[in-house]
Amino acid sequence: MSEDRPIPNPNDPAALPEADLTETGTAHLPTLERSVMGSVGVALMGAGLRSARPFQKLVLGGVGAGLTAMAATGRNPIAAALKIRQTGHGEVLVRDAVTVGKPADVLYGVWRNLTGLPRLMTHLQSVEVLDDTQSRWTVQAPTGTVSWDAQITADEPGHRLAWASLPGAAIENHGEVVFRTAPGDRGTEVVVRLAYRPPGGTLGAVTARLFGEEPAQQLRDDLMRFKREQELGFAPTTEGQSSGRATHGGQA
Amino acid sequence: MKAIVWQGTNSVGVETVPDPTLLLPTDAIVRVTSTAICGSDLHLLDGVIPSMEKGDILGHEFMGEVVEVGRDVRKLKVGDRVVVPFNIACGACDPCRRGLFSACDNSNPNHRMAEALYGGVSGGGLFGYSHMYGGYAGGQAQYVRVPFADVGPYRIESDLRDEQVLFLTDIFPTGYQAAENCGILPGRDVVAVFGAGPVGQFAARSAQMLGAANVIVIDRVPERLAMAAAAGCQVINYEQEDVLIALREATGGRGPDHVIDAVGMEAHGHGPGALVDTAKQRLKLSFDRITALRWALLSCAKGGTVSLPGVYGGLIDKVPMGAAFAKGLTFKMGQTHTHRHIGPLLSRIEAGEIDPSFVITHRASLDQAPDLYRTFRDKHDGCVKVVLNPWA
Repeated sequence: MSEDRPIPNPNDPAALPEADLTETGTAHLPTLERSVMGSVGVALMGAGLRSARPFQKLVLGGVGAGLTAMAATGRNPIAAALKIRQTGHGEVLVRDAVTVGKPADVLYGVWRNLTGLPRLMTHLQSVEVLDDTQSRWTVQAPTGTVSWDAQITADEPGHRLAWASLPGAAIENHGEVVFRTAPGDRGTEVVVRLAYRPPGGTLGAVTARLFGEEPAQQLRDDLMRFKREQELGFAPTTEGQSSGRATHGGQA
Repeated sequence: MKAIVWQGTNSVGVETVPDPTLLLPTDAIVRVTSTAICGSDLHLLDGVIPSMEKGDILGHEFMGEVVEVGRDVRKLKVGDRVVVPFNIACGACDPCRRGLFSACDNSNPNHRMAEALYGGVSGGGLFGYSHMYGGYAGGQAQYVRVPFADVGPYRIESDLRDEQVLFLTDIFPTGYQAAENCGILPGRDVVAVFGAGPVGQFAARSAQMLGAANVIVIDRVPERLAMAAAAGCQVINYEQEDVLIALREATGGRGPDHVIDAVGMEAHGHGPGALVDTAKQRLKLSFDRITALRWALLSCAKGGTVSLPGVYGGLIDKVPMGAAFAKGLTFKMGQTHTHRHIGPLLSRIEAGEIDPSFVITHRASLDQAPDLYRTFRDKHDGCVKVVLNPWA
């Protein structure tokens, strides 16, 4: 579905457009998803109507009607309920922010050192710097490791860093991190917005969410880890402390 | 070592558990010489605080002697005698630097859970008080691991007895902060305190120290009311009198200038509202029973302050918000910023202004603690405050 966005020329960084990270609301269903849902929904409603058991009639009819409605409106209420948000290009948008008690140029410097990012983001396995603007990212996915190449599309030292995956990425994504001086002596507001196309469309995003792969939560955890690393130099923990569980052969 | 362990709703026990060890270079290990059961521990016993796990070590009021420090600990030394605030603060984040220690950004490793419940922000960790508040092992034990050892523990250098300084860890600063939050005008303002448990007792005496013209304490347990009366407070037994009428009469129809709700989420109360609250709490439709809060809003004078040291957990309804709006009330609430009160309050103890040991009614060993949890909860035997000696 990359026809929604012009394909950038990887050999010409200037050709990479500034990515659109504007939120447009909750997920729209792609056409293919809508037609599959519509057929399944109608079939279930039919089965429900034919069923002799009142309970089955209710459940099948209800689920069928729900799917049909989702197909007809092009909206996925489950995605909405799970707060899966979207950009104008139909990508899933994840955004969050944290205030860190350090100057913006220091925090920018930590972020710009891409090879150090896996220390902050536990789901990142590695970032390999290929040249001034290109890098290779590897993440641990439930199905094994997934890699893609990315390009820095904007680099304003002390202020902002933006990136986009290059064509052919397994998970197309782009995003930005903005460093803004906080009012008063509170340090820096770090704002992250990133957009990606989940394998499997909105249904894929919902499934991933239900199975605990939550990019929004991962981002939140990463930002808190970043803050603690910068403010304390370590993360507080209760791992390994004593408890009554240890005496029963459980974990301490 | 021996420790008091949460075994499930209405069940705490004494168990032998592994001794704590240093987990981070900024930790210390304290050998506990005195520890107490807090009224908020009863919310854990009753199972109304979410995210407790079987095997959690309880206790957040404790003091003792430092027996081990991590390699990055600078100020605290082995052999120091310390009181340890019940809340855990990093000392480095913006809230900590502003003295809002209980709102620490960094000390709760389980920030996810609190963020999910409380609008995307988490307060700091607490000792022995559920995984939502960090899941830190508590101090009703022979030893305890104290994180951020240079930030929390406060050295006691005078020869004051444990019983005189132990409550600097929670109930004294909690009662004091509740009174301080009222902004009492000395010689003019009348303060009402709902709940004559340990925090209510300290709130009442703190209001007196801050110059309240009169302090009125409301409860139903005769021994608790007697303790407040002994300090010179006016008392109201809400089972014998209509609280709102009695408070109006006591204040010439104005209502108390400030009201402290030292009861929180498990108010007994009576009347149809209390019945509905209890039913909803049993059915897990609500965490809180709010009779005391309702009375606080309804009784408070125009322009007054409603100060809430009592713990609330979740969503509440049937709050008389119209009364609060009509009277232009100010709300002040939240976990105590214990760290900032210990020094000044210790000075008051050393100056003889107050001896916090007045509140102790029961002294026991760890082995007796499970029985005393129940005695304290049921307010039997005149029980106001229990102090435990882990080595008895």
